[in-house]
Amino acid sequence: MGTMKKITYAKAISEAIDEEMEIDKNVILMGEDVGIKGGNFGQAVGLYEKYGDWRVKDTPISENSFVGLCLGAALTGLRPIVEIMYSDFLTLAMDQIANQAAKIRYMSGGQAKVPLTICTTIGMGRSTAAQHSQSLQAIVAHIPGLKVVMPSSAGEAKGLLKTAIRDDNPVVFFEHRMEFNKEYEVPEGEFTIPFGKANVVREGKDVTIVATSSQVFNAMKASDELERENIHVEIIDPRTIVPLDKLTIIQSVKKTGRLIIIDEGYERCGVPAEIAMSLQKEIFYYLDSPIERITTANVPIPFSPVLEYEIMPDEKKIFKKVIKLLKG
Amino acid sequence: MKSTKDCNLSKSQISKMYQGMIKIRYFENKIVELYSSGKMPGIAHLYIGEEAVAVGVCANLTSRDFITSTHRGHGHVIAQGADLKKMMAEILGKKSGYCKGKGGSMHIIDMKKGILGANGIVAAGIPIATGAGYSSKFRGTDQVAVAFFGDAASNHGNFHESLNMAAAWKLPVIYVCENNLYGISVDIRKVTNTKNIANRACAYNIPGYVVDGNDVLNVYEVTKKAVERARNKMGPTLIECKTYRWKGHHLGDPGIIYRPEEERKAWMDKCPIKIFRERLLKDKVFTQDEIILFEKEVKEIIEEALDFAINSPFPGKEEAYEDVFMS
Repeated sequence: MGTMKKITYAKAISEAIDEEMEIDKNVILMGEDVGIKGGNFGQAVGLYEKYGDWRVKDTPISENSFVGLCLGAALTGLRPIVEIMYSDFLTLAMDQIANQAAKIRYMSGGQAKVPLTICTTIGMGRSTAAQHSQSLQAIVAHIPGLKVVMPSSAGEAKGLLKTAIRDDNPVVFFEHRMEFNKEYEVPEGEFTIPFGKANVVREGKDVTIVATSSQVFNAMKASDELERENIHVEIIDPRTIVPLDKLTIIQSVKKTGRLIIIDEGYERCGVPAEIAMSLQKEIFYYLDSPIERITTANVPIPFSPVLEYEIMPDEKKIFKKVIKLLKG
Repeated sequence: MKSTKDCNLSKSQISKMYQGMIKIRYFENKIVELYSSGKMPGIAHLYIGEEAVAVGVCANLTSRDFITSTHRGHGHVIAQGADLKKMMAEILGKKSGYCKGKGGSMHIIDMKKGILGANGIVAAGIPIATGAGYSSKFRGTDQVAVAFFGDAASNHGNFHESLNMAAAWKLPVIYVCENNLYGISVDIRKVTNTKNIANRACAYNIPGYVVDGNDVLNVYEVTKKAVERARNKMGPTLIECKTYRWKGHHLGDPGIIYRPEEERKAWMDKCPIKIFRERLLKDKVFTQDEIILFEKEVKEIIEEALDFAINSPFPGKEEAYEDVFMS
């Protein structure tokens, strides 16, 4: 690594967009409040002033149609980034995402190219209740034809977003709402992070934890505590759910013999279920205990902090799960 | 019907329009045969009776322009110059089809000709065409985009959301509503309190026109104004073409129980091809012999397309896994 600088996650995202807009004049940003407000979470600050109204476009509240508009633009020479404020709102645009953008390449027998990045946000922790807190990556990952990115830190977000923008396929990029204002060390200058290459965040021999998005940080906090119990956790950030780097996880589990998967989506039919099932055959005989998962309970996200914290993953739940797994 | 003398069209343009209309009709008659004899997988939604709309609109476009189509899309893509061989092969699920057998009738796409896709979801093509218009304006070209859709789609949010954005941003898009009165079996008059869908244009402060959709010259003339407006960066237009589908919603639906017999007969008497042919003869644009020759030639083209499709191989099973992502 070269020189590092300290910036927020929001700034890292705006830098990624800014750099890609500098490189490619066909990159545009569109969505609710991306203009003068600079994005609902500050992730587009300064772009409207720099690139103007046609490249950084505030939209009306018309999610399905402005995603469709960006798809039409992507098919005809532009490289749009479209912002959906909360992943809860993806459901409003699901026809254009799941039936149109995801399918047009395949349906056209490979004729269509769809360089479209859909940025959205996930995450609990701010008492925003059932319609502004969901982590709906599993719904998106279920649909063939969409790539799914879940960055953890600011540097990860920057490098992965640049790759997403350059990708000629539709990519859904899940930012974590609790991260936007946090500061991280990010490499200076130009860099990208490839899709389908997991990051081994921390090496350990006793248990493998695969954690998506900001759950990486919960896993790190828990593993700091577990070190005191002489338990050494290996933490893997898969970075992208589609494509998934199975090999890195398999190799880790072969070493540790145990696997816990953490993701902030709902438990039922979630990303951890898919990861576990897709690896199961290859790791079965290496496992010393059943595969475990820590997710959000199968209930709508409640408002009151007491209730919200009850149902979401956190470092204490991770700590307890590991202790139970290793010490019974 | 309008006289050909009122339109500033050359003889070759008129001949192209007439041939375009019979091409659609004969192509679809062939599809009916294929379906009835069990040679075609799946279903298709027929455009028979509405040919004047696609041909009248597309006669104003070049292959650099864009269109989005619907589940009832054969007419639009033929009018915009799609290759009949590749279409027929696609409809039969062959590897040599437009989509290598992965799309079928509802998903004919020709990216090289700006045909951004027929579409299985009602109203879904409307925002996509709007985006093509955004892209044209952004890139500073004079390309226009046409969204074809039916009366039922005009009650979908995509219609209102897209017209709103196109109007606000003065996008070069022409919204062509083919009002054939029925969304599958539901009579538009039973679910909509707007007599003319074109009236909805005033809500977005853009021009809206009601057109006799069985009069190809009328469609042509009105679309011409809309295309000029779009190319001159004045913004979008809504055109409502009143027309009728002769067949059911799709092959296999007789389309009878929900439509009065007299209504169907009245519209079939107003066959867009018949009235155009009569006009051409009356205006002495073509002789009867010339018309017969056109019909013979088009029938031959359809037979060639069918031969090509029938003699083409099916895709290999392994191809089911290809084209999901661009590598």
